[in-house]
Amino acid sequence: MAEIQVNNLDLWYGNFQALIKVNAHFAQNKITAMIGPSGCGKSTLLRVFNRMNDLIEGVRTTGEVIIDQENILGPGQDLVALRKKVGMVFQRPNPFPLSIYENIVFGQRVHTQGLTKYKLDEIVEDSLKSVLLWEELKDKLYKSALGLSLEQKQRLCIARLIAVKPEILLMDEPCSTLDPQATSRIEELMRELKHNYTIIIVTHNMQQAARVSDDTGFMLLGELVEFGKTENIFTSPKDKRTEDYITGRYG
Amino acid sequence: MLRHLDEELKELHKEILRMAVFAQEAIFKSVESLKNRDQQLAQEVVSNDNNIDELELEIDEKCIDLIARYQPMAGDLRYITTGMKINAELERIADIALDISQKSLELMKKPLLKPLVDIPKLSQVSQEMVKGAIDAFVKKDALLARQVVLKDAEADRLRNMVQDELINEYLARDAKTADRAVPLLLIVRYLERICDHATNIAEDVIYMVEAKVVKHHPEELR
Repeated sequence: MAEIQVNNLDLWYGNFQALIKVNAHFAQNKITAMIGPSGCGKSTLLRVFNRMNDLIEGVRTTGEVIIDQENILGPGQDLVALRKKVGMVFQRPNPFPLSIYENIVFGQRVHTQGLTKYKLDEIVEDSLKSVLLWEELKDKLYKSALGLSLEQKQRLCIARLIAVKPEILLMDEPCSTLDPQATSRIEELMRELKHNYTIIIVTHNMQQAARVSDDTGFMLLGELVEFGKTENIFTSPKDKRTEDYITGRYG
Repeated sequence: MLRHLDEELKELHKEILRMAVFAQEAIFKSVESLKNRDQQLAQEVVSNDNNIDELELEIDEKCIDLIARYQPMAGDLRYITTGMKINAELERIADIALDISQKSLELMKKPLLKPLVDIPKLSQVSQEMVKGAIDAFVKKDALLARQVVLKDAEADRLRNMVQDELINEYLARDAKTADRAVPLLLIVRYLERICDHATNIAEDVIYMVEAKVVKHHPEELR
């Protein structure tokens, strides 16, 4: 399991500075929520942690992001290994157009060659169990994943991540396409998962951040304005800007 | 579906019950110390008061945290806000028990003014009312809560009786009895205050269970 230490992180998209001197510590076995208005840099920050921003042209970063005593922004970083360790769940569930079974073992096939069928079966069962889908899907493993409900698809995407044994789960608005009941079940799943993973969630839904997270960071215009225990952020924020945002006065 | 909030509410419930046990213990010990001139019991009440104050703050903080984090509605909201009020009432009850203990310690240094008969009766009523109010909260029992509210009249009657006796039989006849009669008068007043706090708790429970406001609206009691 891992924690993330961010030191003086700056990030530019071309001439536009999207992250400004961000310093933060994301603790292991905790859920940290990042909140803030659209364009504040919270998703950008999340994507730094598995170097997804590298896919965008003209991105430049300075500063450090330390995971397992290693600066992942360093030049020699093995991106495949990093993204195995730091997995990401997206806003819209994005299962591959394959069977449920193949979705889950996909990552394993990329990272490890020559696994036996027995071993793969075991991984599928364990991964589906950990997202509480096993009972529902154990008889449908060879059906297309595209036929699942939205909530099941999102759970499957989380199972697909877990199958490659990551240490950190990044979640970018993981419930924004789900109804309130499915949202509440995914939140419950997150609470279960935090015992084994470090979870960072970006959300527009402040109530969700308040309900589900242990720590919360508030970002505005590329700056991490305030970071602390969730109960303190939502009952007695130190910065006026945080107070204005969480009470709906911002903007 | 069991929500995460339900687990948090269970925790809160346990804490409030712990507070209730503390408050009931404080009344019991203070009254026993008075009846039996037991210095040690009175001292125990004095020394536990800090723990009760600490717990009050913890429960308050927990309630504020739950409101901020879960935006509770309807029954959940009524439960948490009632919990906050009951918490404050229990802390006041424990404070009053502390006052009784201190007066009891004072009285122990002097000879007995008179055998205590009606004060133990009043203390019995106050303890029954507090127990009833807490039971009503635990069982979410509005009927029991109503019985507690109605019992307050008996407490008032007993208080008036003891007060009249202390004033007319002792203070009016011999001013030198003041150093013992006045602390007893205060204790009577304290016990009656405990009954008032128990009434408040019971009224809060009725609001929690039925969403009905009976405070300052006695006609709603029926």
